[in-house]
Amino acid sequence: MTAARPQAIVIGASAGALEALSVILPSLPADFHAPIIVVVHIPPDKRSVLAELFQAKCRIQVIEVEDKEPLQPATAYFAPPDYHLLVESTGSLGLTSEEPVLYSRPSIDVLFESAADIYGSDVTAILLTGANQDGAKGVSAIAQAGGQVIVQDPETAFAAAMPEAGLKRCPDAKVLSLDGIAEYLRRIG
Amino acid sequence: MIETFEKVEDIEIRLLLEALYVRYHYDFRNYAMGSIKRRLRQAREQMGFATISALQEKVLHDETMLPRLLGYLTVQVSEMFRDPSYFRAIREKVVPHLKTYSSLKIWIAGCSCGEEVYSMAILFREEGLEDRTIFYATDINQDALQAAEAGVYDLDRVQLFTDNHRKSGGKSSLSDYYNTGYGRVSFDRSLRERVVFSDHSLVTDAVFGEMHLISCRNVMIYFDRPLQDRAVGLFKDSLARKAFLGIGAKESLRFSAHADAFKEFVREEKIYQRVGL
Repeated sequence: MTAARPQAIVIGASAGALEALSVILPSLPADFHAPIIVVVHIPPDKRSVLAELFQAKCRIQVIEVEDKEPLQPATAYFAPPDYHLLVESTGSLGLTSEEPVLYSRPSIDVLFESAADIYGSDVTAILLTGANQDGAKGVSAIAQAGGQVIVQDPETAFAAAMPEAGLKRCPDAKVLSLDGIAEYLRRIG
Repeated sequence: MIETFEKVEDIEIRLLLEALYVRYHYDFRNYAMGSIKRRLRQAREQMGFATISALQEKVLHDETMLPRLLGYLTVQVSEMFRDPSYFRAIREKVVPHLKTYSSLKIWIAGCSCGEEVYSMAILFREEGLEDRTIFYATDINQDALQAAEAGVYDLDRVQLFTDNHRKSGGKSSLSDYYNTGYGRVSFDRSLRERVVFSDHSLVTDAVFGEMHLISCRNVMIYFDRPLQDRAVGLFKDSLARKAFLGIGAKESLRFSAHADAFKEFVREEKIYQRVGL
């Protein structure tokens, strides 16, 4: 199955994102086979420290995206505050400042829908903790294109609303704890 | 089934963009596809068409549909003194160089509804440069250009503009420059006396003058890589020796074919200086 070793991993998280990603990203090996593209809801007016923070903890590379950033394996890409992040081709990322979606810019839906367009079935989307509905449309687009969807078990999430909304739109998604997600990613390496 | 559908949509989008170019000479063919696709889907839904082909048919035959579609295809998101630290860097680092010239040409490329034009005009007035300057404010969207020329904004945006202006190192009060009425503010006519508003496309048009500063922020993010190269090439050829180019906070010339023609002048603010020549 293509989903077993996808071309890219996309991750969306909101409230509680820092703790959740701290379980997942530092556990990945330095030679992880795919890029990991991440949208976290962050206030628009702040310089984000996410990339620096995770770079210090991770074996993979961690960077904040600039427009047309080329995609590399074993690298985590964070959306900058106040921009949407899209997969533009299998080889690069793009940014836009279109209107916020569900009050969010960056928006998880925007990233996931673009990933479904570009990668088709060859992508894995992971929807984590959060207190709103962003990402629900996105996981449904990923599933429709035949990609793998993983949703954090709402019972284990800091905020359950986002994974719950994701599961509602995508009932066949794999439901895993944070440790389970980390293990799954290490297994596909 | 789904995969077939996706492909058909891609074909439809390509054909619609071709149609817009042939019929109206608006060239979006080399815009970044992800974002164009999103906005065309939005346009199709909200304008009430079943398919993008149906939208294409309508827009080909009925030119009154064009402005509405352009509204979707061109993104008008800006604010006055957006990214105040950028304007602070212009004020503190670039202006001292500009002061050594007796006449200045400044180009705001992709000026949208004019927020950055008025910001720059106010900054130049505060710094005593306005009288020797001509500003060129260009965009491809006529409605946006008209809005820019009018200089009227919703009152509820003014608090943000005011905060930004202060953070940019503003030496006057923003309220000196506008009148309020009917929930809107109208910027002082005198600010646009030295501004030339003009329809110009970075995609299809050419160099029109030698500039001392070009500010083009969050415009090229909507272009694909080859088109970005064209636009940056145009800026390269428009800039005087040692003149300046400012781009968006998350844009970069790192990936550009013309990277060698520029050096980082204020790295954190994405202000570059033309080198060579």
